[in-house]
Amino acid sequence: MEFDFAEEQPKFLMLMYGLIAFVAVVGGLLLLLDVVPAWFARRREARLVAASASGAPLPRRPKQREGFFALFFLLPALLLLTIGLVVPAIRTVLLSLMDSNSTNWVGLHNYGWMFSDGAIVRVLINSLVWVILVPLMATAFGLIYAVLVDRVRFEAFAKSLIFLPMAISFVGASIIWKFVYAYRGDGQEQIGLLNQIVVSLGGEPKQWLLESPLNTLLLIVIMVWIQAGFAMVVLSAAIKAIPADIIEAARLDGVSPWQMFWQITMPSIRPALIVVVVTITIATLKVFDIVRTSTNGNYETSVIANEMYNQAFRYGENGQGSALAVFLFILVIPVVIYQIRNLRQQRKG
Amino acid sequence: MTTATPTVAVGTTRTDAPKTVAGRVRKRLNSRTATLVSIIIALFWTVPTFGLFISSFRPEDQIKTTGWWTFFTDPQFTLENYQQVLFGRSSSSGQLASYFINSLAITIPSVLFPIAFAALAAYALAWINFRGREWVYIAIFALQIVPLQMALVPLLKFFSTGVTVAGIQVLPAWDLVDEQKFAQVWFAHTCFALPFAVFLLHNFISQLPGDLMEAARVDGASHPKIFRTIVLPLITPALAALGIFQFLWVWNDLLVALIFAGGGDETAPLTVRLAEMAGTRGNEWQRLTAGAFVSIVVPLIVFLSLQRYFVRGLLAGSVKG
Repeated sequence: MEFDFAEEQPKFLMLMYGLIAFVAVVGGLLLLLDVVPAWFARRREARLVAASASGAPLPRRPKQREGFFALFFLLPALLLLTIGLVVPAIRTVLLSLMDSNSTNWVGLHNYGWMFSDGAIVRVLINSLVWVILVPLMATAFGLIYAVLVDRVRFEAFAKSLIFLPMAISFVGASIIWKFVYAYRGDGQEQIGLLNQIVVSLGGEPKQWLLESPLNTLLLIVIMVWIQAGFAMVVLSAAIKAIPADIIEAARLDGVSPWQMFWQITMPSIRPALIVVVVTITIATLKVFDIVRTSTNGNYETSVIANEMYNQAFRYGENGQGSALAVFLFILVIPVVIYQIRNLRQQRKG
Repeated sequence: MTTATPTVAVGTTRTDAPKTVAGRVRKRLNSRTATLVSIIIALFWTVPTFGLFISSFRPEDQIKTTGWWTFFTDPQFTLENYQQVLFGRSSSSGQLASYFINSLAITIPSVLFPIAFAALAAYALAWINFRGREWVYIAIFALQIVPLQMALVPLLKFFSTGVTVAGIQVLPAWDLVDEQKFAQVWFAHTCFALPFAVFLLHNFISQLPGDLMEAARVDGASHPKIFRTIVLPLITPALAALGIFQFLWVWNDLLVALIFAGGGDETAPLTVRLAEMAGTRGNEWQRLTAGAFVSIVVPLIVFLSLQRYFVRGLLAGSVKG
């Protein structure tokens, strides 16, 4: 009945193979790049000596072989990116135009399905709610907290409290919050914090995660809880970077804290604010783990990434799954273009 | 405290500093509210985790019948949950020790490979002159926007059936079984991590002083030598930051592991097992609470001990862009 350590040995062996492969590939590459050019250099030297001895004209110094080095430095990364990302992405686009077994071309049928099937439309609406609420709330909480704890005692400690959820997996966070939402029948003692609060205020306990559309909002709370730390750290750094003389001048002018916030803090941290919102938006678009762990997409809580997984890997609908993936990609593009444009302006400015 | 001229930037009605009693009270009230609000937020962010943590040490019947807050009036402490969830042999107990090892075996190579490859690539893109350098960089940068969902179906096919071009088998299927499937997961994580890793390290490496490289070149140092002896030591903080990012990402990942590692205890990491337990045994709180903490503790230690690097990397990666 005890845990048998010996059974785990093949895994450690495999891990060791992986590490040996790592040393061999990376070390081997560097060694190769060191040894081969050195060998060429020595041969050239020998030729130079021979040439000077025989009085023949000196061979010209060969052109620096920069391209050779660049190729080998870039080779592993480019190879992996091609095999693992570029080619698959192109294939996914093609698959999205084919049927579930990827044998017949069906044109845009899968995309038509996406916008006509009631369940999928619901998924798209849920995703929209996620994308609107999560960046907004996470940034707002992060910003409020960053402003409130700025330059108070225990600032570092106060910040790490909010920041810690970033280290917790989405799965772990979902379990933490599932426990908060836990339900015990009416009359029993509640074990979930939320129902306990409701009951102590005289309300009825609820099965929170079963009630649509409230359950989607409760899942969004989990995402906000994880992402607010990121927003807080970046915005806090931006707030601290506001030049002290501007703040001093405003203070001498007798500006109230409220005005200070809207007219000095906000405009100064605008670039950081945009970065935070965009980053969280992209993360939210791809959210998968929270929905899968909490409700498995049931009770009308599914989102695009979750539905994509279900279609492609549970129902074997490769075409429909791929179409959802492509749609996700299309949604990300404008957000990223906006960010790049912003960064460029920022650099110019 | 120089006599600063009133800046135009402020440009609003100048209210005088509160001299009246009411003004002073309002100001104090403001700071009171501020403290209160920040405490409420802090509680909201910590109490859920704290509750789960307390619960993981309570006996099963206690967890299932009373709220964790009753622990303070009726403290009962046990390590039984951890014992069960880690080493228990019955199929319902979790067997998390096995999955914990899987998580380690998946994470370590999945952190090392992308960092090494990205560092090499970033060096080439920053300091080796070759034609088309800008284009390669832009291409890798642009790949950041491809969601990994775009690659899942074809990549899984690549592993299971290999590559055939026009009916000819160019690359064989990998045909991996049991723990060999780790290699698939390493491969997938490495590919998906590269665009961001190259981008982040390029940010650091390209900012190294050019004189340094020039001097080394004049001394006859080759690119591999410069990379090893000059660049690597200088970018250690960036490598650390990237390492933490990648570590947290891989350790906490569910999607990639679910698809490429399968669900068995030979390869699946903690996250996959926990998600499964939350789905099928959602009311076995004595196991879920302890299990969640088994999965949280490693990233938490890494995070707390290296937080400084993490924050620096975060700021460099997202703000400087």
